[in-house]
Amino acid sequence: MHFTKDHEWIAVEGDIATVGITNYAAEQLGDVVFVELPEVGKVLKPGDSLAVVESVKAASDVYSPISGEVIAANDGLTGNPETVNQAPESLAWFARVKLANAAEVTGLMDRAAYEAYLQSL
Amino acid sequence: MSMLSTGRPTRPETAVGAGDPATLTGARGLLQQEPLIFELGGWDKTGVDLPPVPDGLGADDLGDLVRSEPIGLPGLSEPEAVRHYVRLSQQNHAIDLALYPLGSCTMKHNPRLNEKLARLPGFSDIHPLQPVSTVQGALQLIDELAHWLKTLTGLPAVAMTPKAGAHGELCGILAIQAAHRAKGDAARTTVLVPTSAHGTNPATAAFVGYQVQEIAQTADGRVDLADLEAKLGPHVAAIMVTNPNTCGLFERDIREIARLTHAAGAFFYCDGANFNAIVGRVRPGDLGVDAMHINLHKTFSTPHGGGGPGAGPVVLSQALAPFAPIPYVVHGVDGFELVEADARAFGRMSAFNGQMGMFVRAYAYMLSHGADGLRQVAEDAVLNANYVKARLSTVMTPAFPDGPCMHEALFDDRWLEGTGVTTLDFAKAMIDEGFHPMTMYFPLVVHGAMLIEPTETESKAELDRFCDMVIALAAAARAGDAARFTGAPYHAPRRRLDETQAARRPRLKWTPPAPEAVAAE
Amino acid sequence: MRYLPLTPDDRSQMLAVIGAPDIDALFVDVPAAARLPGPVDLPHVQGELEVERKLAGLARRNRTAGEGPFFCGAGAYRHQVPATADHLIQRSEFLTSYTPYQPEIAQGTLQVLYEFQTQVARLTGMEVANASLYDGSTATAEAVMMAARITRRTRAVLSPGLHPHYAATVRTMAEAAGLAVEALPLAVDGEADVLGALTADTACVVVQTPNLFGTATDVTKIGEAARAAGALMIVVTTEAVSFGLLKSPGSMGADIVAAEGQSIGNGLNYGGPYVGLFAVREKHLRQAPGRLCGETVDAEGRRGFVLTLSTREQHIRRDKATSNICTNSGLCALAFSIHMSLLGETGLRRLAELNHARARQLKAALETVPGVEVLTPRFFNEIAVRLPVNAAELVETLAGNGILAGVPVSRLAPAAGMDNILLLAATETTCDSDIQFLSRAMTKVLAP
Repeated sequence: MHFTKDHEWIAVEGDIATVGITNYAAEQLGDVVFVELPEVGKVLKPGDSLAVVESVKAASDVYSPISGEVIAANDGLTGNPETVNQAPESLAWFARVKLANAAEVTGLMDRAAYEAYLQSL
Repeated sequence: MSMLSTGRPTRPETAVGAGDPATLTGARGLLQQEPLIFELGGWDKTGVDLPPVPDGLGADDLGDLVRSEPIGLPGLSEPEAVRHYVRLSQQNHAIDLALYPLGSCTMKHNPRLNEKLARLPGFSDIHPLQPVSTVQGALQLIDELAHWLKTLTGLPAVAMTPKAGAHGELCGILAIQAAHRAKGDAARTTVLVPTSAHGTNPATAAFVGYQVQEIAQTADGRVDLADLEAKLGPHVAAIMVTNPNTCGLFERDIREIARLTHAAGAFFYCDGANFNAIVGRVRPGDLGVDAMHINLHKTFSTPHGGGGPGAGPVVLSQALAPFAPIPYVVHGVDGFELVEADARAFGRMSAFNGQMGMFVRAYAYMLSHGADGLRQVAEDAVLNANYVKARLSTVMTPAFPDGPCMHEALFDDRWLEGTGVTTLDFAKAMIDEGFHPMTMYFPLVVHGAMLIEPTETESKAELDRFCDMVIALAAAARAGDAARFTGAPYHAPRRRLDETQAARRPRLKWTPPAPEAVAAE
Repeated sequence: MRYLPLTPDDRSQMLAVIGAPDIDALFVDVPAAARLPGPVDLPHVQGELEVERKLAGLARRNRTAGEGPFFCGAGAYRHQVPATADHLIQRSEFLTSYTPYQPEIAQGTLQVLYEFQTQVARLTGMEVANASLYDGSTATAEAVMMAARITRRTRAVLSPGLHPHYAATVRTMAEAAGLAVEALPLAVDGEADVLGALTADTACVVVQTPNLFGTATDVTKIGEAARAAGALMIVVTTEAVSFGLLKSPGSMGADIVAAEGQSIGNGLNYGGPYVGLFAVREKHLRQAPGRLCGETVDAEGRRGFVLTLSTREQHIRRDKATSNICTNSGLCALAFSIHMSLLGETGLRRLAELNHARARQLKAALETVPGVEVLTPRFFNEIAVRLPVNAAELVETLAGNGILAGVPVSRLAPAAGMDNILLLAATETTCDSDIQFLSRAMTKVLAP
């Protein structure tokens, strides 16, 4: 698993990347009430909005760390947004993206580096 | 002597009970639990007596345009309707009950004379499209109200039709857009907004296609001039600044802000939500403002009505005046005229002539005060806020302790550190003490913000009652009585409500319980 | 100053607590050049008597609708509002409360909004309604903006029967936001013409029923064709009483309904305040503007209501909000809801039938006037007629005879070439004698 400074995680299998937000992010956001997911087929560049996570009092954009085409979105979150609080780094993935440039992933943090980064905040 | 010993007891000591048992019905004394009309009403009941439809004049001519399915609307007889709504009303706080210190909202007394006058048939029972010859009094009222607004702001024109503050912002920004376009200047795509602004400012600018860029704030709660200067340029259409600002402070450098803005070819939009602080003492026109909306439902006391209606006329500088929206009132040869077509106008804000009902109330309020009274309004509003700030600074931490505030006093939550009580908890405990909380967590630039606006219509006694209450609560928080706060309110019509559940699984209308739904199939 | 409680003595005591020498010291941040030395040049304080005299004098210079025969409609309608409704909205706790941001002490307002949303959803035949917008025209503009967000398209087509002031309001807002608006030339019975203007970048078609000319239209097929082309259908209604008799917009496939609710619970008020009704399909809810009230429970499990889905709104989403609206028409929505609760389904249905009956009487009477031709083929309570003379001039003449005969189309659309067309509405407040008086006067005035 790879991590970004914006508290996203990316798990890569072959050329497919699964993206979600970290335990830390889910905790900071509080009770998640809605996730606006990307449409399948959307082509992303790094920095594009991948999803919007809403709590009662805030809406936060999740920016894509990678380039590629969205091939699946986790529709299960629509009826059960609390999954983001319960299992952010597993069941609550947001989207699967067909990677356009695998090198973008290698530049990201591993878990140890991310933990160290969290300590520094 | 005859000894009568069977009468009712008349001393309270005989009514000894075991504490405070929950009631069997959910009612608390006079406060009833009230069902929804859909649970109360009869499906074939009505509280309105109407004559029969005359023979031969039915809806047979409409064929299949006529609705075939039932709508599903319950009806109530008049006594049932009165009870339903009176019971519901009793679950609300109101300015008529106690101080309502919502910062930025100007909850002041609503004079009943204004209600009476707005209901005169000559204002309430006239149609927006009657011949203007038959509504000369209405047009004169709009014209005179406009004259007052122009005189009080020192600006030469006013667009009367916007229906609320945010609608006024939209009107002002559209006038600015039109002015730039008229000069052939299409390069201005950005609107600058301070971080402390009301959410309506960036929302308005973005709504009509502008990029929004934030201006930083200085440590003393004002617009950062250096940051403003750096961000101004030929791409900037306007700045939107609230003055007095949302921290309750007067922008000392306001004239310099205006100068820099104009030098960059941009317009100065002022959010007039806080005009109450300066009405009659300072004219925004003298500060270099090009456009400013005036919330008649704040400064000029038209009632908030649980969220509206409002009215948001926009005063305009000479440069923007030609682009004011239709319709507007002018003096003609035979009296007042209503201009309903004008090629230079940027357009139309809504179908008709603005919030006439609010105009009557606001004008009655202005006439009652007069120029001298309105000046006193600003002075007393500012005095009351500074008094509250002075008294509460003994227990709370003012966000900007140096210098006076204007009409509202801003505190942060440093003073709650270590108590286990948050701004929200503290606010909810105020409810138990019979007061509406202040504005919380706004402006965003101050941590755990508490923004208190008492307004000029509070007596010193009511201010003292409020301050004594806050000081006592603060002492309780410091004394470790956290449960008083974290579970509050205990004594309101409802305890804290689950907003997370409301948002996760929105239920936005009543639906019949399952058995009825099955029966209806 | 009867509204200002502070006495001079209070003021000095308070200044002492503050530690300020005088009031001017509190205005020290105002640039010296901008401090007014004294009151502005306007009249000074006045008592209730003087203010009432002044405003009553202005009110007397207006000819009220109730004074005599009255046939104006075109987006604002005169109905009998029960005294109860106006009394209840003046309860202190409704009239003088703020937006219900503290739900524990605003359940009265919130429950009313929940009931209002349910009533509006049912009347319009839609899945969800919001807690009101300013009025029908701004609701229509918001609907167009919303359709553009949903479809990510940039063009709106407005029907030939859409109220010209609604069209102008839409144009003002939408064009500023960079959308293209095509308003088709006015026509009495041409709602379906929008289909001819559909293009690949059309976000929505806006149709009105009953339309400006009073024509009621089954818009089902228009909606189907619009959706087949990837556009949404927005259905506008300016006369909410018509919901009691006519098929609901939702049952005809509306994607968004924008309506004026003034007819129910609210007076004419020279054009405002009114109340915008706004209803949508549930799947589009997140793109809807304005406040929404939702049901939930409190800490003791009791049912209660809160404002919800606020992340769409300006105070949270700021520049990414679905609209800039904040203050809406709360008290007018309350008046609407009370009147609707009093009517109930049977009352509303009867009221709508009476309105239609009066309009049929009006039509029959006008058909007896030589030279007058009724144009509206299917109507609820309003009809358009072609006159042998200029409609605005006739209206002015009849106003001189004590009759407010309706709204000339030229007042709304001077360039439409419809100078001889007059719009007339009849409601339950219209009497037999009003209609007779009108037809006789018209016959007399139009006699060669």
